[in-house]
Amino acid sequence: MTDLGPLIPRNRAVHPVAYDVDYKTSVTRSPNLPLLSMESTLTEESGPRFGHGLLGPLDNNLILNWTKGAAPAIGERILVHGRVLDEHARPVPRTLVEVWQANAGGRYRHVKDGYLAPLDPNFGGCGRTLTDEAGYFQFLTIRPGAYPWPNRANDWRPMHIHFSVFGHSFGQRLISQMYFEGDPLIERCPIAATIKARSQLDRLVAPLDMTSARPLDFLAYKFDIVLRGRRQTMFENKLEGM
Amino acid sequence: MVQKLDTLTETPSQTAGPYVHIGCIPTFAGLEGIYPEDLGKRAIDEGAQGEIVTITGSVFDGTGWALRDAMIESWQPDAQGRFPGQEGADPKVNGFARFAADGDSGEYTLRTVKPGAVPMRGGGWQAPHISLWITARGINIGLQTRIYFSDEDNSRDPLLLRIEQRHRVQTLIAQKTGDGLYRFDIRLQGEGETVFLDL
Repeated sequence: MTDLGPLIPRNRAVHPVAYDVDYKTSVTRSPNLPLLSMESTLTEESGPRFGHGLLGPLDNNLILNWTKGAAPAIGERILVHGRVLDEHARPVPRTLVEVWQANAGGRYRHVKDGYLAPLDPNFGGCGRTLTDEAGYFQFLTIRPGAYPWPNRANDWRPMHIHFSVFGHSFGQRLISQMYFEGDPLIERCPIAATIKARSQLDRLVAPLDMTSARPLDFLAYKFDIVLRGRRQTMFENKLEGM
Repeated sequence: MVQKLDTLTETPSQTAGPYVHIGCIPTFAGLEGIYPEDLGKRAIDEGAQGEIVTITGSVFDGTGWALRDAMIESWQPDAQGRFPGQEGADPKVNGFARFAADGDSGEYTLRTVKPGAVPMRGGGWQAPHISLWITARGINIGLQTRIYFSDEDNSRDPLLLRIEQRHRVQTLIAQKTGDGLYRFDIRLQGEGETVFLDL
């Protein structure tokens, strides 16, 4: 295994704060003490790799994957697509991207979701895919609905899709959420507001992408993801014989 | 003015939420059959070389309540300290596993092989350890930590040596409770708070 160099340290200022009184659950689930910082090691610089053998033909089609193609989910048909890049703007190829979401009415297919909006018998709500050589991925799905949640008395989550990305090393592991352009609930959401820099929150808002919409079929949203990169070690490793 | 840096910034994290299992451990959420099996279901396949260990524990919040909705991922090398993909790595060791805190008890279980020591860049060795990544509702960015083992020599591990308050080292050490059995509890906040990592 060639040494590609240590991971670039996380810029924690772009990430949400751990403790935020307005997102109530974070109050007891946030560490009080500082994180222990150190240069990454082989443990963080290596990571699981997944191949195409893992994927079924409909895994990135949430409109059809729950019924195995027998019947489509109800809702606004959309393509969600984008690229996974690293901090050097290089594509991250052949990496696993997983998504999950509520149905068009804001109801999750989870044993613990008791929201009164009904389940869609033709919608499961999870999908996965591998990026191609250029770091590109796409999902076909229905646009999720907003839903209420027990936080403050009248809190509603904006429409969102959860993303989980692996990258090539365990230290790149990232889970985030994609929001939709123009959704007025983003401004009111205490989870979105755990990100304190507005410019960083904006990076989670996917624009409508008419150039990728298919006429008479689906609209499209573009969502690019950036993972941690690796610092080159040119001046750290002695050359052979030196 | 100066030249513009052509680097990008990492995408901000958001909480995995209470329904993380739908996407990551679908059978736990009740979505049987969407995939042939959950990703990361087994850290090892039968026949893995080395000592097979079972680690059990809970993730506690700042009030001492065990989380019922946490998802944990683990990453580790084989018994010789080789990660999957490295030359000579044990093909029966997947290295990666994913598991949920039980919805009733809050306990998790990880059955795996005890990892070997891992070399440091520039020399030296890290004591045997398993890397953990913890996500849940209320956790805005995944928490990284490590499991070390109470019956190993941890005295020269470079990460443990960086912990200033020496009593906090104990929060990263799984206690042996029987033959091949270990207990590793994670405390997110307050007394006995686990050391979380940024590396």
